[in-house]
Amino acid sequence: MNGLPLKRLVRRLLLLTVVMFAFGFALVPIYDVMCRAFGINGKTGGQYEGSQVSDPTRTVRVQFMSTNASDMVWDFYSTADQIEVNPGAVNQMVFVAHNPTDKPMSAQAIPSITPAEAAAYFHKTECFCFTQQVLQPGERIEMPVRFIVDRDLPGSVRHLTLAYTLFDITARHPPVAQVATEGVQRAR
Amino acid sequence: MSAVIDDDHSHGDDHAHGPAKGLMRWVLTTNHKDIGTMYLWFSFIMFLLGGSFAMVIRAELFQPGLQIVEPAFFNQMTTMHGLIMVFGAVMPAFVGLANWMIPLMIGAPDMALPRMNNFSFWLLPAAFLLLVSTLFSPGGGPNFGWTFYAPLSTTYAPASVTFFIFAIHLMGISSIMGAINVIATILNLRAPGMTLMKMPLFVWTWLITAFLLIAVMPVLAGVVTMMLMDIHFGTSFFSAAGGGDPVLFQHVFWFFGHPEVYIMILPAFGAVSSIIPAFSRKPLFGYTSMVYATGAIAFLSFIVWAHHMFVVGIPVVGELFFMYATMLIAVPTGVKVFNWVSTMWEGALTFETPMLFAIAFVILFTIGGFSGLMLAIAPADFQYHDTYFVVAHFHYVLVPGAIFGIFASAYYWLPKWTGHMYDETLGKLHFWLSFVGMNLAFFPMHFVGLAGMPRRIPDYNLQFADFNMVSSIGAFMFGATQIFFLFIVIKTIRGGVPAPAKPWDGAEGLEWSVPSPAPYHTFQTPPEVK
Repeated sequence: MNGLPLKRLVRRLLLLTVVMFAFGFALVPIYDVMCRAFGINGKTGGQYEGSQVSDPTRTVRVQFMSTNASDMVWDFYSTADQIEVNPGAVNQMVFVAHNPTDKPMSAQAIPSITPAEAAAYFHKTECFCFTQQVLQPGERIEMPVRFIVDRDLPGSVRHLTLAYTLFDITARHPPVAQVATEGVQRAR
Repeated sequence: MSAVIDDDHSHGDDHAHGPAKGLMRWVLTTNHKDIGTMYLWFSFIMFLLGGSFAMVIRAELFQPGLQIVEPAFFNQMTTMHGLIMVFGAVMPAFVGLANWMIPLMIGAPDMALPRMNNFSFWLLPAAFLLLVSTLFSPGGGPNFGWTFYAPLSTTYAPASVTFFIFAIHLMGISSIMGAINVIATILNLRAPGMTLMKMPLFVWTWLITAFLLIAVMPVLAGVVTMMLMDIHFGTSFFSAAGGGDPVLFQHVFWFFGHPEVYIMILPAFGAVSSIIPAFSRKPLFGYTSMVYATGAIAFLSFIVWAHHMFVVGIPVVGELFFMYATMLIAVPTGVKVFNWVSTMWEGALTFETPMLFAIAFVILFTIGGFSGLMLAIAPADFQYHDTYFVVAHFHYVLVPGAIFGIFASAYYWLPKWTGHMYDETLGKLHFWLSFVGMNLAFFPMHFVGLAGMPRRIPDYNLQFADFNMVSSIGAFMFGATQIFFLFIVIKTIRGGVPAPAKPWDGAEGLEWSVPSPAPYHTFQTPPEVK
């Protein structure tokens, strides 16, 4: 009786359906952007290009965790459990990975910061998590991560944890390259 | 309900014809009453199937220890019970009620898109055949809970998950088409004079529900499509190893999931808002505020989803936002409960079966609402999360909420559908058995949940034994009672006291202006609404 003609109404409702289907997929980049912008979920940014002046008056304790995802058989650990750092200074920690199997394998490490609100203040200038690792049978490598804890880190945060989870991605990215740490550059 | 067949064309329309004969009548029908009937029967079959899965769960939980089924099968039962009840029983029942009643309530001759209506119904048997068939496949059916969190439903899923995904796609298409049909009918086919603010609340709540469906079912389709791509096409939406995030799954799922719970309750709100005035012999108190409250609930349902995931690790600010937004929903819901109670206040109440179900709806749904408020308190939720307290909460809003709303509607409109009065004594017996059984089954779950009994686990600590036995006895009682309901409905279809056009003296609405049973074609000339 009133309103739009039936065909136009149905067309608009179908359009709304398509838009909402697309919105479901748009939630994926929106989620990533939100997590990075607000530093939620402990997600860290990509490679940090800037530099800062060290603040010797303050120290922050950084703890390291290395975890294997299920099915991952590599030995994976940091060379120290924790270090004291000055905000603004560049620090380095070396992680070790060892492939004990008789097959070449590739792996991807995924970092996470706790507490999550500190994630936006943790800058990695170099990280093995930016690339994928390929290890030949029995091979062992040392993987450095260089990082700066931002001078603006809220004063309430006295220590933070950098946790890596190592995933076996051999099935997804067959280890063709001989050279370790050569792989697809990914923004994490 | 098949007694809607109208052989004598008493409405005197030359072009009208009765239904075709035989099976093809049901396969090819575009008649809103036929399709409504099929939806209602389909939903009832699914209700019994999903209910029988619940009986398996309660039988296993009757005593601590593993007695009857393997844990793997138990997981499939909890998953399938949830999926079938949500998508197979509650949603199609409301679509069936919408098909039957919306054209009658707004004075329309049929739904706006009758052929699409037929298609959206017949997708459902295909979808559920696909879903239920997974139980017989190697590796078993879906076992990851009805919320199918990744990576449980991707990396660790049984092979049959692909069937599950396609079944969800089909259900989604069916729901979206149904929703488009409802909106088109309500916006385009109202009788002259039937302005929006004169529509019965069932029509209003369905209009809003239909918009919710169009907004969130595509998101559900999107999330299962992402699962499909992760499983088969090597993408990494939910796999951290490839740059995705399993927590993303929960966000997308609950963006669908929270509006979904209102999809399952708003039409019941609408039906109860017709039934309570009819048996209070008073007009509904606060009609306008009811409409706005429904709209407010629908809006709020989009901004509260993360209260399902307080424990995944969201920032304190986020927890506070979702906590307060969730509590805000209590305001429009409180308006509704207040209006229902005010409608009964000083009314000339009688307690026929639909009214009994409607009053139980108001009381028990409110209990479910209060436990929802408890769960909304973020710090307390860390204790309640994934315990039987949550199970108690959502069964209190879904069983005496959605299901009692459907029962109330069925008894209220059965005379219109079948042309016979149901047996009042049997109806009341059905009510009291359901009421007692349901409370016995679900109330103790609050206690074991607060004491820490986790959900979805086939075994439990000895301290929970007594309450679980009570729950199981209540569940068996409630389950068996529904077979009795089937008997009541069939008895009403086959005979009984002939129903007048308006069997309830306090009832209002255009549906009571047509004879009982409603002729095959109604309102081919639009009625005048003052």
